[in-house]
Amino acid sequence: MKTKAAIVGVGQTHYKSYHNYTLPELSMQAAVAALDDAGMTINDIDAVVYSMGPSEFLGVNEPDKWCVDAAGGRDNPFMRIHTGGATGLSAAQAGFHHVAAGLFDAVLVVGADKVRECIDSQQVLNTIWDPLYERQFGLTTITMAAFQAVRHMYRYGTKEEQMALVAVRSWGNACNNPVAHLKGHITVDDVMTSPYYCWPVKKYDMCPSSAGGAAIVIVSKKKAMKLSTRPAWIRGCSEVANTVFLGDQMGGRSEMDFADSDILAMAAKAAYSQAGIRNPAKEIQVAELYAPFTVCELSMVEALGFCRKGESGRLNEEGFFNMNGGIAVNPSGGTLCANAIAITALARVCDGALQVMGKAPPKMQVKNVRNAVCTGEGGSFQFHAVMVLSADYY
Amino acid sequence: MNNGMTLRGGWNVAYNYAVGTTGKKFFDTLIEKKIIATKCSKCGLVVLPPRSFCERCFVPAEEWVEVGKEGTIQAFTIVPVKFESLPDPPYAIAYVLLDGADTALVNFVRNVDLADLNNAAKQLAIGRRVRVVFEKRRKGTINDFHYELIEPEQAKRQRLKK
Repeated sequence: MKTKAAIVGVGQTHYKSYHNYTLPELSMQAAVAALDDAGMTINDIDAVVYSMGPSEFLGVNEPDKWCVDAAGGRDNPFMRIHTGGATGLSAAQAGFHHVAAGLFDAVLVVGADKVRECIDSQQVLNTIWDPLYERQFGLTTITMAAFQAVRHMYRYGTKEEQMALVAVRSWGNACNNPVAHLKGHITVDDVMTSPYYCWPVKKYDMCPSSAGGAAIVIVSKKKAMKLSTRPAWIRGCSEVANTVFLGDQMGGRSEMDFADSDILAMAAKAAYSQAGIRNPAKEIQVAELYAPFTVCELSMVEALGFCRKGESGRLNEEGFFNMNGGIAVNPSGGTLCANAIAITALARVCDGALQVMGKAPPKMQVKNVRNAVCTGEGGSFQFHAVMVLSADYY
Repeated sequence: MNNGMTLRGGWNVAYNYAVGTTGKKFFDTLIEKKIIATKCSKCGLVVLPPRSFCERCFVPAEEWVEVGKEGTIQAFTIVPVKFESLPDPPYAIAYVLLDGADTALVNFVRNVDLADLNNAAKQLAIGRRVRVVFEKRRKGTINDFHYELIEPEQAKRQRLKK
């Protein structure tokens, strides 16, 4: 890398079911908020990465084209990044690489989504699977989570109540996050008695369909030193991909198990290595994870090296992932409390950066944060991206 | 809707998906009530759905082998709610490792009483054996067959006693 790079500004709109703003309007609101936060104007930006997932939720073909001007792309180099749910983190990764390579001094990464404008998002999500062999069986992202859940239950004895507790903690944390879509003090019983969508996944095990926008400004070391007394240094970033076929990761001679987020473990290993992190459970204080279903979070904290495989359910019960626990997982409420798919992983980066910069809302702020890890997950649980943010210059 | 105005719209786009030569051979063979899988001549991995390439060795997978008509459940779910354009609920689906295959293949499991979800989930447990049941009229599509649970011997004897 030619230069170090850091996040010096973040912006998010409120997340809710519907916004009375168009996609370009939401994009611009997020972009302006991030620029304001950085103390910059659009004239200070050298290139724009537009974070845009599937077009079909919006029903506008290639919506990045609709949003070029609103995203600050006029007269600027402009590119769209799309890796499904991982899009936001992949876009941040592209922005980071642009700056770290010495190509640009300041890159704006911005996007927005309005998942609920599509009458049934699962109709769209079903079409990510093979049209000849798999779509016919009603596969959705919820069935995908159910397959992971039954395998996690089978391999490690994980209980539905342990998954439910992930939702309880997330909704509680979201009470401290002014922009969260869902929040409240719910109980394990509330989750357990909510209706099944795909056994064993219940209503409260699932993320909402949200609308909202998010943006970050990434700058070179020289600019970061000038602009911010405490930027969020990007110290590690990696993404790994895998097959769309879930059945390739089950039984037989499979090298991995669908219960485990093994691809995430690979991406994390690379990102930790770049960041010089040897013991993630001790060196990371905050994790902002793209876990759209409760089981995903249990699988992910294991893959991220916070505990051994099969231990997450018990540690979660013991409060290890609470705000005042060993590692605060999703102080924002995470993806279970807001999922505007195209920018949800970018929101994870925003919320991780806020923690590292010490600028999170008072009750959401974790004390003494040196390192935060942010993740994105996309497609058929097949794209996993990891970013390590640090308060410490290196 | 938030006191706002919305404009109703939609996409309705039709497609003709290429089946490919590998797919055609697989589907033609289904009509003959056989399930065949591709086999990598380098690593020997037997893969379903069939692929023309071994995605691990990155070489053409040129061999075909017939797999068993029974297998073991690797993952399952039961869907009790209706999604737009997706099958009518309730339905049970499972990834099954057919005997002789190295990867699991998804399909409906048809002979399970889905009235009580938790009961149905107990029957569909990972490790349960299923058999492939071919439809009477086969069209050369993946829906030419489905899975059915094989009743364990013990349960069968108890049922017959009653």
